[in-house]
Amino acid sequence: MPVPDDQKSLRHTPLHALHVSLGGKMVPFAGYDMPVQYPAGVLKEHLHTRAAAGLFDVSHMGQIALRPKSGKVEDAARALERLVPQDIVAIAPNRQRYAQFTNADGGILDDLMVANFGDHLFLVVNAACKDADEAHLRANLSGDCVIDPLADRALIALQGPKAETVLATLCAAAPSMKFMDAGPHEVAGIKCFVSRSGYTGEDGFEISAPASDVERLAKMLLDNPDVLPIGLGARDSLRLEAGLCLYGHDIDTATTPVEAALEWSVQKSRRSGGARAGGFPGAEKILAHFDNGASRRRVGLRAEGRAPVREGAPLFADADAGEPIGQVTSGGFGPSLNAPVAMGYVPTDLSALGTKLFAEVRGQRLPLAVAAMPFVKNTYKR
Amino acid sequence: MTTTLYTSDHEWLAIDGDVATVGITDYAQQQLGDVVFVELPKIGRALKKAEAAAVVESVKAASDVYAPVTGEVLETNAELASEPALVNSDAQGKAWFFKIRIADKSELGGLMDEAAYTAHTA
Repeated sequence: MPVPDDQKSLRHTPLHALHVSLGGKMVPFAGYDMPVQYPAGVLKEHLHTRAAAGLFDVSHMGQIALRPKSGKVEDAARALERLVPQDIVAIAPNRQRYAQFTNADGGILDDLMVANFGDHLFLVVNAACKDADEAHLRANLSGDCVIDPLADRALIALQGPKAETVLATLCAAAPSMKFMDAGPHEVAGIKCFVSRSGYTGEDGFEISAPASDVERLAKMLLDNPDVLPIGLGARDSLRLEAGLCLYGHDIDTATTPVEAALEWSVQKSRRSGGARAGGFPGAEKILAHFDNGASRRRVGLRAEGRAPVREGAPLFADADAGEPIGQVTSGGFGPSLNAPVAMGYVPTDLSALGTKLFAEVRGQRLPLAVAAMPFVKNTYKR
Repeated sequence: MTTTLYTSDHEWLAIDGDVATVGITDYAQQQLGDVVFVELPKIGRALKKAEAAAVVESVKAASDVYAPVTGEVLETNAELASEPALVNSDAQGKAWFFKIRIADKSELGGLMDEAAYTAHTA
């Protein structure tokens, strides 16, 4: 979705005034006026999140309740399985799972989180895709479900090794939650949905709160000396080091989940021979990629030098070979590694760990090697 | 006796005879944020005024540094390769980028003095 040029047309999250008061440098992102960084700067914000705790405003993302007309959550789960290659029926109450909406060509329309809240499903989708996702759900699932966009809710993320102790002061249930647990909990007396998940590779929580209460909640969290506000700049460098895909960059309508190295997110029950194999858009192509392999693959890339290799840089097999063999889809400087990191698509026969490649940056071929992701070990509490 | 002049693209030049030492301004480093990589021109390279001469990269993005005048690169600051953060801590001192032999001093006429540059960034 194009970002409007006109600043006046940008939408505000319920925390906009707080961002401005904290000195946030505001930029247009997915139609919203969002903080790219605060006075501490991207580098310090990134390192602080890995060392203590960072608070992110992700209220621009879409939150959608999928309510089964039958009253049985399993019916909503079965309906949603028509749109995603994941096993939704198997998500236990108060658990969540990573998923993708696929299209008829096997490409990815959006990636999302799906939680089972007992009597309905709770979805979190990307800001830039949320209107299209809502329309997609209405067009396909209205017979079985009420599609209920939760426009009056904000979403914040508290990430980092101190996230648990910080949140425990306001939410007694927080320490007992495990990675990908998700459910309704009171935080400082406010009725929230809390999940133990995030987009940084760190342990942490995402908290959906009523828009009217979120500023009060954010201020209480920021009162803790371990917590700094973190902008979109560090959110991007943190997720890149964690090897996590950014929709519209590392995955899009032209990449299948197999090409994107997201096989782990497609459960056996939906693959060939599984109990509910196929039955999602693009199943023929995606299952063929599972069965026969795909010709290209998303890989991690580490540079030998210190020059960041950024999105769009063409990749080559040799220092002087003519035709590019692939392209960088995300890249930059990893503050925790103190080195450049990137990811991109390469032919599968050049995707083995350690394969030497070259990226062209300002007319020079810089040596890279295919590297394991995550680049920084994740610290999820399993 | 050196004179310091400024470009509208936020480079500074300390001029000593026909040699200019070039860097980016303190205002520019504040706008860029934490600098993580600097690419410098090769010594001996003939630069044309306004040509991309160096690159400075923050975590977020890469930005070009332009040659403020036409001339030959005489020397580059090797310290920036190992310690790019110098650009943030001492942009208009230790973090100079390169020295250039000014080919045509009349090009200096289009540059700003400190008062004009301060007004430009206000």
